[in-house]
Amino acid sequence: MTKYYTEEHEWIAVAGKIATLGITDYAQAQLGDVVFVEVPTVGRKVKKGEETAVVESVKAASEVYSPVTGTVVETNEPLANSPITVNEDPEGAGWFCRIELSDPAELEVLMDEAAYKAFVEGL
Amino acid sequence: MTTPVDADHDPYSAAVPLKTPLHDAHVALGARMVPFAGYLMPVQYEGILAEHAHCRAAAGLFDVSHMGQATLRGPDHQTVARALEALIPADILGLEPGRQRYSQLLNERGGILDDLMVHRAHGAEGTLGLVVNAACKVADYAHIAARLPDGVLLEIHEERALLALQGPEAVNVLVSLGADVAGWDFMDVGSASIAGIPAFLSRSGYTGEDGFEISVHADTVAGLWEILLRDPRVRPIGLGARDSLRLEGGLCLYGHDIDETTTPVEAGLLWSIQKRRREEGGFPGADIVRSQIAEGVARKRVGIRPDGRAPARDGAEIVDENGYAIGVVTSGGFGPTVGGPVAIGYVAAVHARPGTRVGLMVRGKVLPAEIVSLPFVPARFHRAPK
Repeated sequence: MTKYYTEEHEWIAVAGKIATLGITDYAQAQLGDVVFVEVPTVGRKVKKGEETAVVESVKAASEVYSPVTGTVVETNEPLANSPITVNEDPEGAGWFCRIELSDPAELEVLMDEAAYKAFVEGL
Repeated sequence: MTTPVDADHDPYSAAVPLKTPLHDAHVALGARMVPFAGYLMPVQYEGILAEHAHCRAAAGLFDVSHMGQATLRGPDHQTVARALEALIPADILGLEPGRQRYSQLLNERGGILDDLMVHRAHGAEGTLGLVVNAACKVADYAHIAARLPDGVLLEIHEERALLALQGPEAVNVLVSLGADVAGWDFMDVGSASIAGIPAFLSRSGYTGEDGFEISVHADTVAGLWEILLRDPRVRPIGLGARDSLRLEGGLCLYGHDIDETTTPVEAGLLWSIQKRRREEGGFPGADIVRSQIAEGVARKRVGIRPDGRAPARDGAEIVDENGYAIGVVTSGGFGPTVGGPVAIGYVAAVHARPGTRVGLMVRGKVLPAEIVSLPFVPARFHRAPK
């Protein structure tokens, strides 16, 4: 499994043709306490850069964009009742959805962990 | 992910934000600082949910030094009270020494220029203390000063700082530091010494909890801040939780729930206009306000509870069961004590009855919701038995 990052602080973990999407630890720290997550419906086709989930903190709503094009094949149902998981384990149990990739070549422009770490340190 | 835009972020903030005398103390505590009303202010320390819960359970300490403190000074109470009554609809002539009232500066249409606290201190005949909102203070001072009669002056207290200590333990904390405030009623004001630091206090606040606002000289505020935080019952609270606390308390946020286009009657603030002023008028917009009292208003401020867990924010359209627009959300978010989303908004008066089903437009979808009575969390102001 390979993990990729965006400048908008999303991560995806890719295994075969399936990418799991979430937001980074940096992003959850910026948001503060997450109180609601809106995940996409299974079967929805998403385009790279398209709004795919919404994370609501106490103060504000933030859109989460898909770094890849594909079809949503699974969503993280338990988040509906425990949105705080996004704060507690953003890059693990706090994932939003799984997307079946339709264009794996899109992965080539994303950052790896080291590049993302350097990017965040520069912010 | 979009960078979250803080609801408190003020686009009119000065290019170089001002700092309160506690700026370094906030940074030392690890606060996240944001521009607000021209100041750099702490939005949160440990986290909004924890801070909110702590304030409701024990005592929360807020730096509200960005707010404006001023004094109207004249020859006697009657003269100063009449000067202020020409600008606000509250009964100030009848304000007893040692008491405070909530009111609004009104324009000629009865619209709210700002909301403010007015107090009359013991032993300070001919003076009235004012506390106004940070974002409005420059305009407020100009507005007030331009309308004062000869012999009445406005003094602005840039040398003062302001703290709020809010929550059920606030009174006990202050008593343990030697302040003789236990017998005070809600909205009482007076001088007291806190751990040897001279202060002017009011038993009030903006969280729906019992508590105090504490005015001290700016030179002493850092010392008082430190002394108060030494008490394990006290934790620092940022603007984030201040907003969620006041929202649950059903209290208006200026610039959101009230502004120059809303009147005190539409906003449900009629309780702050005492009987004599309703009868006599004599304040800006009195004709409009009095006709709204007599004939009713076209729209009203209401509480709204979305059914699910998704919050509706400021600006969300409110629709009726047929999908027609009937109003707008003016404050909305997550209520930590309520444990779900809460909102304040304006709806056409025919839809304002608690229990009315409405919809909230959130991200292109209709979120089912219900009109409810305010506040969302019952106020716990300290009212002595009569």
